[in-house]
Amino acid sequence: MTSLKPQSEAELAEAIKSAKGPLHIRGGGTRRTGAELGQVLETSGLSGISLYEPGALTVVAGAGTPLAEIEAALDAENQRLAFEPMDHRGLLGTTGEPTLGGVAAANVSGPRRIQCGAARDFMLGVRFVDGQGSIVKNGGRVMKNVTGYDLVKLMAGSQGTMGVLTEVSLKVLPKPETMACLLIDGLNDRDAINAMTRAMGSPYDVTGTAHLPKGLDGTPVTMIRIEGFNDSVAYRLEQLAGLFPNHALRRETDPEAVAKGWAYIRDAQPFHGTTGDVWRISTKPTDAPDLAAKLDAKEVFYDWSGGLIWALTPAGSDIRAKLGAFDGHATLVRASGTTLPLFHPQPAPVAMLSEGVRRKFDPRGILNPGLMTA
Amino acid sequence: MEMPVPNAGLLARKPNIVARLSAVLPPDALISDPAETRAYECDALTAYRCPPLAVALPSTTEEVSAVLKICHEEGVPVVPRGSGTSLAGGAMPTADSLILGVSRMNDVLETDYENRIIRVQTGRTNLSVTGAVEENDFFYAPDPSSQLACAIAGNIAMNSGGAHCLKYGVTTNNLMGVTMVLMDGTIVELGGAHLDAAGLDLLGVICGSEGQLGVVTEATLRILHKPEGARPVLIAYDSNEVAGECVSDIIKAGVLPVAIEFMDRPCIEACEAFAKAGYPMCEALLIVEVEGSPAEINEQLALIKDIAQRHNPVELREARDADEAGRIWLGRKSAFGAMGQINDYMCLDGTIPVSSLPYVLRRIGEMSKEYGLGVANVFHAGDGNMHPLILFNANKEGDLELCEAFGADILRLCVEVGGCLTGEHGVGIEKRDLMVDQYAPEDLEAQMAIKDVFDAQWLLNPAKVFPLAASETRRNMAIAAE
Ligand SMILES: Cc1cc2nc3c(=O)[nH]c(=O)nc-3n(C[C@H](O)[C@H](O)[C@H](O)COP(=O)(O)OP(=O)(O)OC[C@H]3O[C@@H](n4cnc5c(N)ncnc54)[C@H](O)[C@@H]3O)c2cc1C
Repeated sequence: MTSLKPQSEAELAEAIKSAKGPLHIRGGGTRRTGAELGQVLETSGLSGISLYEPGALTVVAGAGTPLAEIEAALDAENQRLAFEPMDHRGLLGTTGEPTLGGVAAANVSGPRRIQCGAARDFMLGVRFVDGQGSIVKNGGRVMKNVTGYDLVKLMAGSQGTMGVLTEVSLKVLPKPETMACLLIDGLNDRDAINAMTRAMGSPYDVTGTAHLPKGLDGTPVTMIRIEGFNDSVAYRLEQLAGLFPNHALRRETDPEAVAKGWAYIRDAQPFHGTTGDVWRISTKPTDAPDLAAKLDAKEVFYDWSGGLIWALTPAGSDIRAKLGAFDGHATLVRASGTTLPLFHPQPAPVAMLSEGVRRKFDPRGILNPGLMTA
Repeated sequence: MEMPVPNAGLLARKPNIVARLSAVLPPDALISDPAETRAYECDALTAYRCPPLAVALPSTTEEVSAVLKICHEEGVPVVPRGSGTSLAGGAMPTADSLILGVSRMNDVLETDYENRIIRVQTGRTNLSVTGAVEENDFFYAPDPSSQLACAIAGNIAMNSGGAHCLKYGVTTNNLMGVTMVLMDGTIVELGGAHLDAAGLDLLGVICGSEGQLGVVTEATLRILHKPEGARPVLIAYDSNEVAGECVSDIIKAGVLPVAIEFMDRPCIEACEAFAKAGYPMCEALLIVEVEGSPAEINEQLALIKDIAQRHNPVELREARDADEAGRIWLGRKSAFGAMGQINDYMCLDGTIPVSSLPYVLRRIGEMSKEYGLGVANVFHAGDGNMHPLILFNANKEGDLELCEAFGADILRLCVEVGGCLTGEHGVGIEKRDLMVDQYAPEDLEAQMAIKDVFDAQWLLNPAKVFPLAASETRRNMAIAAE
């Protein structure tokens, strides 16, 4: 079957209206997951930045716009997407260009999520075509907007199962003048979580806390990131160091090295080139070490002070069964041919509401069927 | 303001309904005497009033569930209520509705500094959430000006903002989980102490749904450590355009102040007359506040002052100590009170793209002449949220209607320049009929479809948010089914 490649929102609406069967929606195709049933519908024709106002911290672009294009435009004005979206290509062994729509539909965010929010917190407005071919807009391009229900949040992370995004408006933020990282060597998982929550609970505006039980040299390292103006970063780095008097501390103040270190976490580089399943477990930070111990994982590391556990497990291992009931959820990010659901099954009333909402927007069940529900 | 005709069948069955509800509530938790229900006839949009059928004041989630179950069976519309400070009429009853107030549910259930969360019952006031963690130097960031009175319940329903949301975001960015009761009495948990949704982000839709999807009884909120300090600077300009450019330049320079407040001349004059804060008389006043350690504050303020100077301010005043900082904020904080001393006023709440500020202020000035009503502007300049205050005389025949028409025109102007009808107060009944100016029928249909799923009979706060004509079929279905 040839893929559909609408060149406008109207063409997309027509394509969905006249679809006879399931559609598999593809942005850049960098996150191939699930069964990928049906005819491929590509968003690459809906591309381009339509508005960028640096003084208002807003950018509006087509859903098929390559993320790289947006990042380059922002870079020229010394701004950025603060939610630090992950690049999945290395982990999943895919090629292609991540798109704005893909990032929005999957609510992709990185280490800075713990300080400033996820993609959903930066999405100001969306336009999309639902499963019946209706064109819908919600939100807008201003930072404060409570006019009607917030369908923007609902579209963020709906993985294309509610509608196909055509346009997204985002809040952007200034790039910091510099960044630095405080590194603590040799902590066990529990002590690392304590150190990270301590740092996040300080007034020093930490923008990332991660722990690698096996750092590059094979020994544990805990990373605490701060960003901002030069003097301020220098000051906060020392204040933070002061919180950990009897620890083996190192300070990384070269912004490029800091950026590289955090890309390593953001893109789950410890698991690149490995075999097995990769899971992302979102939980309460202080619960993380005990949960991680239950996983029988080949390897784990922690982001978000422990609130995000990245786990590499033998293919097909059902970690949800091992975890039992806990505060959070586990998402299978890289599935090696298993039949486990990618998204965490939800309790009955919530599952019913979600299914009800999804059926309203896609009554025929043709948009990425089976991706979010078993 | 048009409201649906009350359901005569329900009014007739009042004794029955009251008896059933009393049976599941503590003795003093159901109010049905008309003399007492009067206290709940309106919220802070006081121009519109209507006493409810009865008022239920449960103390637990289970009681809320029991009450809703009965109302579901009896077909009684339910209007959830926090503290009743809504400026949009969100908590205004209809004669056939039950007010379900959560004001007795104000416990702190859990504070957890390591994971930076607090779990509260939603009747707790916004300020007392911060109050509960203050001794450890933590705070809850969203800070609506009504924070002394308003409840977390209302904050969640309206997705309320505050003066500091440029840095910390609004309610939705600080809300991690809720316990909520659906109209049929089902109790659901969404989110928790972890980040992001397992599946669809239902929590994201609940926040800002104006009490139409469920009754929120408990909430998990993000708490943060207080910054080391904060300091404002006051910058005065002789034109709105220049002040607007200054704001844009500050943001472009990479400084992210916690607040950028803007006041125009009528507002400055009123504040001066009332609070005597010592503001310079000028066309546009900016208050810019930054946070951090003393050195960090100096670093940021130096940059801001530098940018401000380039635009030739009439005056640039820095706070040297807490006292001076207090004086800079004094006028702004008393702005609403000041206007209230002079006049009756209506407070609007549209948002515009920051870049269209000068144009919008000019147009508002022109419209003010056309309508013959004065207007003063207070404005969260960093995020484009405007609060024009239209002055009118409540005792003068037709003045309220004139004021409302003027207000509607200003909000339409906000939409026309790419903004929206409401930035933080919500739609309620006040902006219900303007929704068609911002949204196409398909857009409203998509929103109403969500309500169909959560509340198929349209019993929760039914006459709000959507134009009555748009929701009519759905609301009538509920009555027909009864
Ligand atoms: C002087 C003044 C200043 C203000 N300043 C600001 C400001 O700076 N920023 C801002 O955003 N707002 C402001 N407001 C508006 C108002 O305070 C907010 O909208 C506030 O969040 C309302 O909270 P409340 O508890 O009083 O809610 P209520 O007025 O009781 O109700 C508001 C809405 O919430 C719904 N609701 C209440 N409880 C529940 C529940 N348990 N479950 C589901 N839905 C529920 C109601 O049905 C209604 O639709 C101000 C108001 C006043 C009077």
